[in-house]
Amino acid sequence: MAKTRIEATINGEPVEFLCEPRQSLLEVLRDVLNLTGTKEGCLTGDCGACSVILNGRLVCSCLVLGLEVAGATVETVEGLAAGTELVPLQQAFLQQAALQCGICTPGFLVAAKALLDSNPNPSETEIRYALAGNLCRCTGYDKIVRAVMDAAALMRQGQGRASSPMQGREA
Amino acid sequence: MHEFSYHAPTSVNEAINLLATHGAKARLLCGGTDLIIQMRAGTQQPSCVIDAKRISDLRRLSLDPATGLFLGAAVPCVEIYQNEAVASRYPGLVDAAKLIGSVQIRDRASVGGNLANGSPAADSVPALIALGAVARIAGPDRERTVPVEKFVVAPGRTVLKADELLVGMQIPLPPANASSAYLRFTPRNEMDIAVVGVGVAVKMSGEGCLEAQIALGAVGPTQIVAKEAATYLAGKRLDEATLEHAGRLAAQAATPIDDTRGTAEFRRHIVSVLTRRALLATAARLRPNHSGN
Amino acid sequence: MATVTNTSNGTYKVVGTRPLRPDGVDKVTGRAKYGADYSLPGMLHGKVLRSPHAHARIKAINVEKALKLAGVKAIVTGRDLPEGENKSVPLGEMSVNPRHLGHNILARDKVLYQGHAVAAVAAVTPYIAEQALELIEVEYEVLPPVMTVDEAMASTAPILDPELRNEELGDQPTNIAKHTQLKRGDIEAGFKSAEIVIEREFRTAMVHQGYIEPHNALATYGSDGRGTIYCSTQGPFEVRGMSAAVLGISPGSIKVVPAEIGGGFGGKTTVYLEPLALLLAMKTGRPVKMVMTRAEVLRASGPTSGSHIKVKMGCTRQGTITAAHVWLAYEAGAFPGSPVAAAAMTVLAPYAIPNVLIDAYDVLVNRPKTAAYRAPGATNAAFAAESVVDELAERCGLDPLDFRILNGSHEGTPHPAGPPYKRIGFIETCEAIKNSAHYKSPLKGANRGRGVASGFWFNAGMQSVAMVHVHADGTASVVTGSPDIGGSRASCAMIAAEVLGVDVDQVRPMVTDTDAIGHTDVTGGSRVTFATGMAVFQAAEDVVRQLKERAAKLFECKPDEVEFRAGTFAAKSNPSTSITIKDLAKRLPRTGGPVTGRAAVNARGVGPAFATACIDVEVDPETGKVEILRCTIAQDAGKAIHPSYVEGQMQGGTAQGVGWALNEEYVYDSQGRLLNSGLLDYRMPTCPDLPMMEPIIVEVPNPGHPLGVRGVGEVSIVPPPAAIANAIYRAVGIRMTELPMSPPRLLKAILARRAEDRTSPAAAARA
Repeated sequence: MAKTRIEATINGEPVEFLCEPRQSLLEVLRDVLNLTGTKEGCLTGDCGACSVILNGRLVCSCLVLGLEVAGATVETVEGLAAGTELVPLQQAFLQQAALQCGICTPGFLVAAKALLDSNPNPSETEIRYALAGNLCRCTGYDKIVRAVMDAAALMRQGQGRASSPMQGREA
Repeated sequence: MHEFSYHAPTSVNEAINLLATHGAKARLLCGGTDLIIQMRAGTQQPSCVIDAKRISDLRRLSLDPATGLFLGAAVPCVEIYQNEAVASRYPGLVDAAKLIGSVQIRDRASVGGNLANGSPAADSVPALIALGAVARIAGPDRERTVPVEKFVVAPGRTVLKADELLVGMQIPLPPANASSAYLRFTPRNEMDIAVVGVGVAVKMSGEGCLEAQIALGAVGPTQIVAKEAATYLAGKRLDEATLEHAGRLAAQAATPIDDTRGTAEFRRHIVSVLTRRALLATAARLRPNHSGN
Repeated sequence: MATVTNTSNGTYKVVGTRPLRPDGVDKVTGRAKYGADYSLPGMLHGKVLRSPHAHARIKAINVEKALKLAGVKAIVTGRDLPEGENKSVPLGEMSVNPRHLGHNILARDKVLYQGHAVAAVAAVTPYIAEQALELIEVEYEVLPPVMTVDEAMASTAPILDPELRNEELGDQPTNIAKHTQLKRGDIEAGFKSAEIVIEREFRTAMVHQGYIEPHNALATYGSDGRGTIYCSTQGPFEVRGMSAAVLGISPGSIKVVPAEIGGGFGGKTTVYLEPLALLLAMKTGRPVKMVMTRAEVLRASGPTSGSHIKVKMGCTRQGTITAAHVWLAYEAGAFPGSPVAAAAMTVLAPYAIPNVLIDAYDVLVNRPKTAAYRAPGATNAAFAAESVVDELAERCGLDPLDFRILNGSHEGTPHPAGPPYKRIGFIETCEAIKNSAHYKSPLKGANRGRGVASGFWFNAGMQSVAMVHVHADGTASVVTGSPDIGGSRASCAMIAAEVLGVDVDQVRPMVTDTDAIGHTDVTGGSRVTFATGMAVFQAAEDVVRQLKERAAKLFECKPDEVEFRAGTFAAKSNPSTSITIKDLAKRLPRTGGPVTGRAAVNARGVGPAFATACIDVEVDPETGKVEILRCTIAQDAGKAIHPSYVEGQMQGGTAQGVGWALNEEYVYDSQGRLLNSGLLDYRMPTCPDLPMMEPIIVEVPNPGHPLGVRGVGEVSIVPPPAAIANAIYRAVGIRMTELPMSPPRLLKAILARRAEDRTSPAAAARA
């Protein structure tokens, strides 16, 4: 099948790529654009590892065709940090030890960003339901939820910067 | 995944012409949250995929004080529940739209797609039926309407002909003193498929029920209208005994099967429980001090 | 929030703190490379054709049409693998039967489960490889499937492996691969002295580890006869050894490069795609990449056994357990090797019971060959035993924790399968729960109940190698061969920093490939922070020893006259002459050259792990749905090197235990076809299904480790199913004996109880 040339904005940069109709956005990101931070976990929209923000909305990139993103904006985990400066969500995930194997982490970060973009002060329950589409098998979610709460607090205070690494949560 | 061609028409006519050319080998893509999975699994192998999201009629969500809500087939769930005017008038529809999948799914999936996919477990369909929704279908010659309760004819099969497309759903404005609810049972709290779904709409006068509609999901090859339960409720106070009996009548209307999501026996029991709870939730929404949805 | 019961001396500078993990930034920015993230120029894509049948004879395979498809480069079937020896060969943590392993990689004469690999294709795109699979013609003679241990153990059962024999049955074909028996004391006398005897029967469903990252492998093979496999694995040396065994080549001709790994929990300790990718690379001379779909992971990787368990236990009215008889039958899957022997050795391990008889059966069924899953075998068994223990405690009128403390194993108690325990912390975990805010708080509300249960896991030692390199700027790198699955780079760096007396950010840990480090056993058995950590500790000590020699040269004294404290070397005779590691590192070129510390250990002194959980539930009596309201878990870590990641292991294992308890199960139809091969219907807990989980780290130092480490990765999964069953009992008065305790099952029990209460006045009075 002939490939079509697609133009889109990915992580703030204009991007062009060639894509055949059956290629998903996930395949385009990973195999065509070499943005492998977005992960494949199930290809059925049930695990959230491939979460990206498409035109401001959180989606599973495995359930989007590459051709659908013509003219669209896409945000992936690679676009979260500004250069080498981690954003509060990334800092909070590190400080709260909210990752173990890390395979689900990009999807959680992107899903949490989508939540905090629209709700800067979510309750624990709101966080849990907002992250229901992201499976994590390592953490039991406890530290992930805490990290999102911490990041939200940091962002509300307008503090991007982390405190000292050692001041995590000593008992 | 097999090869296919991709088209993104901008009008219903253009889409109808594509359907005329490709016939039964064409599939409409709205949110893609069912279709892309089915294509990957090989259970759907269209040679032509028609992206409906650039057709303005299918993206339209409009509330008219006279005719009610028009819900374009490709409107994603998120646009329904973020619309306060819709949420206040059609709480049952919003219940369903908020329950489908996860945020990732609801940001893409449309109620029209949920309906056209023909799944007996589709969350939005019992809610649409209870609200009296009518499907608007465009074909090569004319547009026709079909009540949503008659739209799905068998698992995965609908009244849509190969050259037709679902434009959207027309949902009448609920009368005063009426409300609606959709409840489902799933083993997980979110990200699950309904083992049973119950949509109800009720018109009340004080504590008395004037009129009720009850539709059941996931307990038969298609959604089931629980007519006897609804008829029984008319003119009754919604007390515990009445609700119990309505639940039993609804359970009798169900024709569930055993599958990996639940046994027939379990499903029948849950129908009675959810029917009672959905009626209570609807009645609660009509109380003056009720807050939220 | 965590409470650390610190019973060890608090003299550590780094150990016990919570630094940011060294691999963290890569993992929050998407930079970390997992197996599927690797690509190579000219790479082909491999796909596997899998059996649609659970049990069938392969009559013929025709690949002609598929080979003719443009873009297809190679196709292999079972006939392309050498027939391995049919005997057990030791390989790291496990022993391997090369014939069974090979037949699982590609079926030869028979397919033994739905999803069993039959052929593999390499093509220029994944799409062409998929299309080629549709063109391969396989002729099957379908045989009746055997899906449960009960069916498989029946004398009339269809036989999976006609060659299989077990010692007890002589030359009679059987599906029972092995019967193991453990005995102590006099079981009959034990039950005679019991005043209360409870006998119950349990069943548990097959469940999957549920790692989010599917199996993957990328292999290359050069004309020099050397192959390289990049993959996500818990055991790069196991991948090397098993791939070599399957392909009939020498392990030394294969290099395995462990990528980041997206979860394993025991499921990535064996091979599936790795030998296939290498075989296809050998056939084509091009790199071949293979990645499983989720359905393939569920159908054809290695879940853990479903089981049928009977427990009979007796105690005195005062609550002393006098005897226990446990009968265990575990699904091995298509080939021998369920964790039933481990189950036998763990099931009664928390208790000092004088008279014990345990029968354990490893049983073939037409399901995927099981693999390890976090404390393999122990969770099923503990569900059964801990339910009975709870019932005995109730009958004695004792608090369930007091009953456990009364009977609990301690230092000197003989372990059912071996010598007496050294210092262990079982009773301490019970006491930690007893003293917790959770256990002391009342639980109010209808249909709510609180349950407790305990669990045991051996933990493992085994072989590890570590190197510590000192760099010119005084920083150090720690090199190991243990894939980091949950924070072990952090713990290894911290151990090195502690020994070297430097800040942890001065130590860079890395995991290297099988050519670059000596044999290191699998990341499994909760062994990395214990055994690899021990190697790191010794390698860092080796560095200190060598640096003392260098400092002695500078101080012009003997090495044993150099003292080392807090990262500074000083001459004993003249404490004013001192030098920091950082300054000494600069002087290495002039004092003898680079310094590298090494250690290779076969770690002894393993400290067993115990955990006790307390879980509150609410049951919806109209639907049978169980909500977890609150959950506290106490676990003996020995010494928590990085408490956050110890807590993470405890919370994660508990969450898996909750999933196992409530909703996870393999559902097969009567033909042996898996009905829930996706993550929508294989229901692992999602974020809104769980509450916060309160970890209590108990620290009873392991006398066999320089820092007191026991190993924390596994035992937390063991208690939750029994704790939840016990909580459900207190909520609605029903003892559930089957996992999962899903809504249909629990509702059925609730309705049956109600019907019974209506018809039987005695039952009604009891209620």
